This record gives sequence, structure tokens and C-alpha cells, in this order.
Amino acid sequence: MPPSDDVVLRVENLVKHFPVKGRIPFVSGGVVKAVDGVSFDLRRGETLGVVGESGCGKSTLARMLVGLEQPTSGAVRFGKSVVHQAKGRELRALRRRIQIVLQDPYTSLNPRRTIREILLQPFEIHPDVLDRRRRVERIKELLDLVGLDASLHLDRYPHQFSGGQRQRIGIARALALNPDVIVCDEPVSALDVSVQAQVVNLLERLQDELGVAYVFIAHDLSVVRHISDRVAVMYLGKLVETGPEIDLYDSPRHPYTSALLSAVPVPDPAGRRQRQRILLAGDPPSPVNPPSGCRFRTRCWQATDTCATTEPPLATGAHPVACHYPLAA
Amino acid sequence: MSLLEIDDLRVAFPSPNGPVNAVNGVSLEVDSGRTLAILGESGSGKSVTAQAVMGILDVPPATVSGSVRLQGRELLNLPRKQRERISGEEIGMVFQDAMAALNPVFTIGHQIMEVLRVRRGMSRADARRRAIELVDRVRIPAARDRLRDYPHQFSGGMRQRIMIALAISLEPDLLIADEPTTALDVTVQAQVMELLAEIQRDSGMGLLLITHDLGVVAEVADEVAVMYAGRIVERGTVEQIFAGPAHPYTEGLLASMPRVDRRDEQLYAIPGAPPNPARLPTGCPFHLRCPRATDECLVTLPPLHALPADRASACHHHEEVLGATQR
Repeated sequence: MPPSDDVVLRVENLVKHFPVKGRIPFVSGGVVKAVDGVSFDLRRGETLGVVGESGCGKSTLARMLVGLEQPTSGAVRFGKSVVHQAKGRELRALRRRIQIVLQDPYTSLNPRRTIREILLQPFEIHPDVLDRRRRVERIKELLDLVGLDASLHLDRYPHQFSGGQRQRIGIARALALNPDVIVCDEPVSALDVSVQAQVVNLLERLQDELGVAYVFIAHDLSVVRHISDRVAVMYLGKLVETGPEIDLYDSPRHPYTSALLSAVPVPDPAGRRQRQRILLAGDPPSPVNPPSGCRFRTRCWQATDTCATTEPPLATGAHPVACHYPLAA
Repeated sequence: MSLLEIDDLRVAFPSPNGPVNAVNGVSLEVDSGRTLAILGESGSGKSVTAQAVMGILDVPPATVSGSVRLQGRELLNLPRKQRERISGEEIGMVFQDAMAALNPVFTIGHQIMEVLRVRRGMSRADARRRAIELVDRVRIPAARDRLRDYPHQFSGGMRQRIMIALAISLEPDLLIADEPTTALDVTVQAQVMELLAEIQRDSGMGLLLITHDLGVVAEVADEVAVMYAGRIVERGTVEQIFAGPAHPYTEGLLASMPRVDRRDEQLYAIPGAPPNPARLPTGCPFHLRCPRATDECLVTLPPLHALPADRASACHHHEEVLGATQR
């Protein structure tokens, strides 16, 4: 099935396995199944939130979406192109359309370059986008767009900015070439609470103005709820549930989603005595040797023998869930 | 008399550009069996306050003044040996980064037993028995076997439990937890907070919890002190603070936090960034970011006003804020 018109990015059964060095030389130690069959569509101008705990594969997914990591199998399709098969001119065109914003604004900007140099770089790599004489004007526009003052900031170095300002610079860089998709990998988790809201609001405003689609990857379920139109929950390399924000948060169908949501602290002390909390036992298992059948069964309170033998597929539809015994919606 | 009483605590660090005043006159109390949360962002002085209480600041170069009393006994002017004994035996500490707080080259059994043997003079066998009890107490399965494991063999959540086991090994009266769950996943965070609350209930310790996370505060704290630029800007019970903050900073923080249980259309964003403690603005340190700031705020540092119902706010306009936030 060819991607329909409003789908900008189609992810098909994406897999990434990393080999593990074994104890014995020349004998494989197995593979880490970081991402193990993930599929979704990203529509034009929407925000898809991806949530999951550390080690679930969400950052590896982000890196594959922008072509920083070669998948073991599967495909990321953008229009007629396949991200990991594209070469030469086609690949350069793709890189313009899909950009990334990283978590740590302290390490994702080159400390030895001024903001002017950092923001001009995309145009040097893609010189055909904009005439040389118009570039400085464009980067001033970009700074203005993300709420920084070009006259003050253009010739400063990254260390002269606060964390929130640096993240704005990272966003300006991602926007420079007018992408259709920005993959945001934990874009606000290194920021102070008071600054986090500024960056979230900025991302929302930019989407309204520019129509860019986001894949918003984060471990903070509250932030993801706020910004996303649809949400995908990841566990040990697989999507276990996807759906519109309101359905997934207000009536989760996968036991893991339900437990994850109930573990999030709510800033409302009045309700804390009444709140029902599902306390999951233990930590997520190792992705080197994931449990047979359903990967969540070792921490699931309603697992049966079926769960150990048969892997539940992620059904199709508006709010699919990969569980043999989904909770009542 | 409260378990812990801090009075006008001030901590400064020297720097090439003059002293950096990290803590500027903090006063607070923690009672036995109660949890006081110090809530603040990076640079607010919350961790330095905790470190001054624990006695783990390097003095000099840091300078510490004011008063810290544990069960009525002044800690700040004690000779070093005595101070270390009290910090070790009567105050338990849990830090954010368990991998850095535990010694990587000794088994966890060795580390727990060492504390018991040195401080309590226990025999090897008694110390081992007690270590097993402690590891079991923090809900680590197969406690007896796991004493032989090294810190790197545990997951993040498990290491945090081991640090809690170490912190409570000498049955302290006060437990100080500095961002104990910040590095953990939410499902594991919920387990660890539950464990801390349960241990506190059983032992009647006082808990001083340092955190930036409003959600964690709402879940576990009895009282809250909000810190900004080295000062307490608001103090009250957790219900008071969340139901109707009396300081614009707290008001802004609450409005800027997205919630998992509902969707807000637009988040309020506090403009600007927290100030650099080396270059604090004049007057109220929050005035540059405050929607309620007036000329008075630019020049006069507001004192911590005592308000009805035993709460306090360091805002010139606290009545106006309370009027707006209380429904």
C-alpha cells in the first residue's frame, strides 16, 4: 500500500539488533534487540509522542528515523524515498526534510563555533536552498522565530547561553531548512521545570505556524500528553499500544500503559490517599534475552500460560493494543 | 523542639569574581515522623542546604554560618571528629547517583557490614545477619546471595535500594534524600518512593527530601519549603501550597507543569531562566521573571512574611497572590 497523501513518514516493521561481544573471543554473545519490529505512520503536521522507560529502544528508533543508524531490517519511507536506501542527491534531499533535536543542549552544539556559524552550517551543506547573500537574514529570522534576539546573540558561543536558550538554538538549527518532520529525542528533559514549559510552548507554536510534524520521544508522560496528538507506548523494542492522546491516557488498554500512567506522580496532594497505584515488580528485563511470548508478561499481573508462548500482535485500528487480555476501554 | 532546626543558614563559595552566595539565610524545621520537601530548580541552593546539614561541604573553601541543631545540639561548631560521628550515626543520606555513592570495588555486603562493624562494633557474623535483614528490608530478592554482588551488578533501582539500606543501617533519626528518584524510570521511582515512605512510617524518622519534582512533592511531603536563589520563598503544608500558593514563583511553577491526568490547552511559562547565584538581581531575586513585580520589588528584598495558618511567603504582594490563587 503506498503511503497516502497526508502521511509524511511511514515506518514499516523497523528492526535494529546490536551484536554483543561474548565472553569467548569469536563466539557471538547474542544480540540486543533494541528495536524489534516497530511500525507507524506520521501524518503531516501532527505530533506523535513515543513513551517508554530507559532501554526500551526509543532513542535508537529516533536515530533510525533520521538515518543516523542503519536498521537491521524494515524501512522508513518518506514520500517515494526509503531513508536507508537513498544515496547522493536523494539522500541530501531527505536530510533536509527530516531533522532532529537532541536531549542535551550542552553537547549537541559545537562549543567552538558562534551561533552564526552553527546556524549557517545547514546552508553550507545544502547551498542550493538559499542564495548566499540572503542567509544571514534567514538565520536572524530563525532566531526571532525561536524567541532569541539576533542582535544580541548571533556572535556568542554556546557556553554563553542557558540550557533553555541552547535548546532554542538547537530548534532553530533543525528548522533552518524547512523540514517536514522533526524528531525530538527528549528535548526538554535536561531543562528546569520553569524553562521546560517555554520550550514546549515554542514547539507547539512552531507547529501551528509552520505545519511541521513531530515525533516527540520522551520518558515524561505528562509532557507527552500535553504535546501529542497520538501516542505510542514502547516496551523492550516493541510498540505495545498506540492511540489518540485522550483515549490512551484516559482509557489505557495495555496493562503496561496502565501501570506506567498510574506510577506518574500527580501534583495534587488532596487526591493522594485515594489514588490507586499499580506497583510493577522489578525492572524491565534485558533486551538481550527478552521473555518469550509477550515481553511484558514477567511484570504483568494478569499473565497466563498463553502469554508465555504466543506473542500478541499489535492489532490495527485507531487504538490498537498488543495484549491477549486488553483492559476494557 | 523539632528534630532538626536550621536557623539563618548561609553558605558561600569563593570564586575569582567574588563570593557566590549559594544559601542566603535559610531557616526551617523537620519533625520526627514528618517529611519536609525542599523544592527548587538548579542553582536554588537546595542541595547545598542539605550538604551543610550533612556536614559534607569542604570548609574551607566554603564558608558556612548560622545554626543547624539536631535534637537541640548545635552541629556547626562541633569539632570535626564529633561532627562526623553524628553525621554518620544520626543522619542517613541517600543521593541521586547511587553508582557514584557506592564503592565499585567492594561487594555491597562488605560495604554494609563495614558500617556496622566500625560504628556498632559488631562481630562479623552479627554484621552479616544484620546486613541480610537490611537488604531484605529494602525488598531486594535473595538478600543472602546478593551480598556477594558488586554495585555494577544491580539495576539503577536496586542500587538506590542498597543506598537506602546503608542509610538506615544505623537507625538514624533523620534521613536526608537528595533527588533520590531523579535518575530512575517512573515505574521504579514509584517503587522507591513507596519504600522510603514505608520505612519512614515504621521507624518514625524525620525525612528531608530535596527535589525539583512537583509531582514527587505532592505524593510524599507533609511540609514544603520552596527555594529560589538561595532563599526560602514560600513555606507551608503540602495542601496549602498546592491548593493556593502564596508566592508568584510557586504559582508559576504549578501553572507550568503539564499533568498526566488531564490536558491543558496552554502551559503557563515563567519567562527567563533561574538567576546565576554569582550575579543575583537587586531587590527580590524573582522580580525579573515575575508578572506581579512592582517598583518596590526592584529595590527591596522581601522578608519571609509569616501568614495565617502557619505558612510564610517572601513576596511583597503575598496578599494579592493568595487572593488570586485561593478558590
